[in-house]
Formats: sequence, C-alpha cells, structure tokens
Amino acid sequence: MSDRSKLTFWLLLAPLLIWLLTLIILPHVGMFLVSLREKVGVREYETGFANYAVFFNEPLYWNTFARTAYMSIAATLLTLLIGFPIAYYIAKLTRGRSKTTLFLMCLIPFWVSELVRTFGWMILLRETGVFSNLLQYVGLASGPVEMLYNDAAIMTGLVYTSMLFMVVPLVTTLDSLDDSLIEAGYDLGASGFAILREIVIPHAMPGIVSGCIVVFMLSLGNYLTPILLGGKDSLWFTGLIYSQFITRFNWELGSAFGFLLLGLSSLIVFVGLKLSRQSLGKTMAQ
Amino acid sequence: MNTKLILSTVAAMTLSSVAAQADTLRLLTWGGYAPEDVIAKFEAETGHTVEVTKSNNEEMIAKLRATNGGGFDLAQPSQDRIAGPQAEFGIYKPLDMSKIDTSLFIPSMLEATKGNTTVDGEVYAVPHVWGTSGLVVNTAQAGDVKDYTDLCNDSVAGKVSYRLKRPTLIGFAYSMGLDPFAAYGDEAAYKDILDQVEAKLVECKSNVKTYWDGGDELKNLLRSGEVVASMAWDTGGWQLNDDNADITFVAPESGALGWIDTFALPARGRSDDVAYAWINFVMQPEVAAMITSAAGNFTASQGGDANVDDALKAKYQASFPQEAIDNIKWYPSVPAGLEALEGAALDRINAAN
Repeated sequence: MSDRSKLTFWLLLAPLLIWLLTLIILPHVGMFLVSLREKVGVREYETGFANYAVFFNEPLYWNTFARTAYMSIAATLLTLLIGFPIAYYIAKLTRGRSKTTLFLMCLIPFWVSELVRTFGWMILLRETGVFSNLLQYVGLASGPVEMLYNDAAIMTGLVYTSMLFMVVPLVTTLDSLDDSLIEAGYDLGASGFAILREIVIPHAMPGIVSGCIVVFMLSLGNYLTPILLGGKDSLWFTGLIYSQFITRFNWELGSAFGFLLLGLSSLIVFVGLKLSRQSLGKTMAQ
Repeated sequence: MNTKLILSTVAAMTLSSVAAQADTLRLLTWGGYAPEDVIAKFEAETGHTVEVTKSNNEEMIAKLRATNGGGFDLAQPSQDRIAGPQAEFGIYKPLDMSKIDTSLFIPSMLEATKGNTTVDGEVYAVPHVWGTSGLVVNTAQAGDVKDYTDLCNDSVAGKVSYRLKRPTLIGFAYSMGLDPFAAYGDEAAYKDILDQVEAKLVECKSNVKTYWDGGDELKNLLRSGEVVASMAWDTGGWQLNDDNADITFVAPESGALGWIDTFALPARGRSDDVAYAWINFVMQPEVAAMITSAAGNFTASQGGDANVDDALKAKYQASFPQEAIDNIKWYPSVPAGLEALEGAALDRINAAN
C-alpha cells in the first residue's frame, strides 16, 4: 500500500474511530470505573466488585433480569411469527405499487414517537377505553374490562413497537429468493410445508436471525413500554437501572447493572446464534 | 478621524458590555413555579432572560450531580433534599443572605428552612412554595377513606393508586402509629419501621390498580372513575375538584406530609446576581400570588396569600381545618444514604406477588 492510499484509508476511517472512541468506548470505560466503586460512607469509596455481588446475592435483581430476558425472547418469537407471513406476502405475492403501499403501511406507525404510540395503546386498553366500551356495546362483556397493566399489555406493546425491525430484513432476504426455486419444488411434488421448510426458511435464515437480534435487543432495552403498560408487578431491568441512577442516587450499582445487562444480553445472542448455527458475520453480510 | 473612530468603537464596546450584563437565568424548577406572565414581568423589569427547565427532586439532583453543580444558575429542590446531597455530592453553594430581602418571607418558614438546610454553618436554601401530600378521594364512592391505611380496605379493592416512592412509606408509617421522622438518625430503628411498612404494603398490594408515576396519569385515573382513592398532592385534588365536585383532597387523620420547595444555588452556577434578583422578585406578594394561581400551592411570601382568588382559599380551608394544619408532618432533612434502604424496600414491594 502506498503512503497516499494509507492516508486516504485512515482519513476515511477517522470519523468512525472518533465516533467509537468518544461516544462508545470512553463512556463505557468511565461507567466501568464507576461500577467498581464501593460506597463505604459519605464521599468514601473503595475499589471492588461489591456492586456486581449485589446483583447475584439479591434474588430480586436476577429474577427481574431473567423475567426481562424471557419476556423479550417471547416478544421476539411472537414478532417473528406475525412478521414472517407479512414479509412473505409483501416480498412474493405483491408487485409494484401495492408492494410499496404495504411496505409503507408497516412504516407509518413509526412516523409518530414511541411515547405517542404507547399512549395510543393505553387509550385502547384501559378500563374506560375503546376496547372495553366496544365489548360492552356488542354485549360480550357485562361490565368494564381492564386490559391494561398486565404482562399481555406489555407483550402487545413490544411486538407492535418492534414489528418493522423484523419485517424489513425478512422482506430483503425473501426478495432475493428466486421464484423458480419454489416453482421447481412444486414441480417435483413437494407440499407447501416442505417447500417452506426446505427452501424458504433456509434461504431466509440470515434475515430471520438479524431481525431476531434487533428485536430482542430493542425489547430488552425498552423502557417506556414496560413502564407505561405494565402493572404493579411488572419490573423491567431497564426500569431498575433508571431507578438506581435517578431516584436512589446510586450510580455505582446502576453502572454495574448496565454492564451486567450488556454482558448477559450479548451472551443470550451468542447462544441464540450457536443454536441456529448462524454466524454473526454471515448474518450481517446479508 | 482616526481618534473619532477609536472613540466610537470604545463607546460601542462599553455599550455592549452594559448590554452583556443582562444575563440569562437558567432556572431548574417544577411545573407552574415560573409561569409565563411572571417571566415576562421579570424580563421587562430587569432586562435579563429566563430559561426554564421543568423537573422534580430526584432529577434535579441527578442533573446537578452529573455536572458537579453546573448547567443551571438556580434550582428549586425540596428543603429535605439539600443537606444530604450537599454532604454527599457538593452540588450547591452557600447563599449570601445579605443579597436576599428576608423581609419578604414568612419569618417562621424562613427560619425553619434555614435550620434544615444549614451545612457546616452555611445556609444553602430559602423557602419558596409549600404544600402537602395526603389523600385524594372520590368522597361519593370512597367516603370511608380517612387515612393512608384505609387504602387497604376491602371497600376500595382494585380502585386504589399510589406512588411507589418514599412519601408512601412515610405516610403509611405514620398511619400505622409509627414515627419515621424521629428514627431518621437511627438506622436500625428506621430499618425496623421500614420492615413493618413493607409488610403492610405487600399485604395491601392486591388493592392497588396500578402504581402511578406522573400527576397527569393519576388525574386521568381519578377522572375516569377507574380509581376512587389515592395518595397525591393537595393541588392535584383541588384541580380535580373543579371537574368533579365529589373528588377532593383529604388531609389524613395521621397528618398530611408537608413539603417546602426552596431556592438553592448550584455549585457552578454562573449568574448568581440574577438568581438573587429572581428570588427577591418572585417573593413580592403580588408576584407570589401569580405563582400561587399557576401552581395551585401557597408560597412563603409574607402577604402573598392576600391576592389569591377565593375559590382556591375555600378549597384550602375545606381540606385543612386548624387541627389538620397543626398536624402536618414537615419533612426533616433526609440523612445521606437513607434512600438506599428505602429503595431496597420499594423494590421488594414492587416484586412481591
């Protein structure tokens, strides 16, 4: 490589490096140092892993993490289940204008902020809300029905919020699947289910995995939806981090929780990749 | 020619330096404490500009802590949130009492606040707005709710809401016949009180519809009738009273909890003089009355309640007969580190089934 092309290489890389260093690496180093500070008294600190020990010694905290993780996994699977037929329909069964229209309709809810979307669900689901009144009007319910403040409401909110992030990668991968492969499958006498299992899903696997990773991470890191739609039992791990930082003034424990969330969620994604026999490189290349 | 030019330049620079003295006041406060009309009047009188950031106690402290007390010139945390955070994080600077017109303040309230916010012999805050928290009740449907523990009655099952925050712990403790404020200095005794309150709140959990977070959320719940009894601020109850005459604020039998929001200078505030000017400006009786009508709460301004409209006064008197006023439990200064104990208890209540 000549000196000149080396310079070009570094100049092109510079924005990315500055971004990574100043906005991601440095703050994380700072957070990590804070998480190692043990508070022993007013303005007195020692260095150690006590904050991490708190997480493992107090069942409340890791129970909350486990709950957050399995609800996020459930939300991811549900999003995949609902998103796949939609994506297949958009990619394979529509052409031209109607394809664009359908794609746009998936996008429209994202033109308003997440907060507004969540309030929308609150209006629909609450005891004096739209669904409750509708059920009473139709005669299916005799009194007001409360559908808000439970885990099902959280799940609805999470799936709704992350649907787009599943549909877009799926449509992209399914678009690249040659229709003649599916026709060949039918010509050879395969059933619709066999074609789905042997041709469509293997081809769409990178899209499925990248969609799942994005949706899982978004659900795990979501704060608004679980707090607003969830009930009195619904703890969410990001809510715990917020309350440690803001209401308890305990930045040390909050930072430790932040790192645990980062580490444990990366671990779950890693396990998911291993189980689906995909590699991160292959998924991202899609 | 040249000297003329220099002279006029000098003149222009002097003028602009005069103009530069018109500073910006970055005010960190609560919703309603700096209404538009008050800001406009202040800006017209002094030439300074005011930038308002609305917040709450915890966020104010978190914001100031993140910048070591920078970014704002005047903050309005409650008087119990001065000494502890100051000892721990050093986010405020002492007040120069000679720059404050103390004759504008109600003397007893000024002295009480000064006493509560003195750290190492320096005063850190003066009082501004005060009020109480207690019960907001739909009296037609939950007339039997007279105290915090009544929220656990079967008659209001599933129609109760309160915050999962420290006022709830304190209120329930008083209602159970305990004295949490007296135990502030004794960690073991306070822990014991917290354990009892925690058990009660876990038992009471099945009665709760949801734990509210924001004032608007609670108002919606009460207005729609989904909730008939709740713990909330006095102003919230009085505002709802305008829409529905059945809903009002009730001072609990064990005593409403009294808070005073203050003026405190952030450690690295840049325009202290404007901050002092603002304090002296808003404590004038007629300006204080404007703030009372916007925020719904009374101020520590001497004579500030004279110009307040009669409707608000009537609601205040209905909720607070003299014995209820005498029974108000004023928050003492929160010792550093107490929040960690309370936080753990609140988390356990939240997680309990």
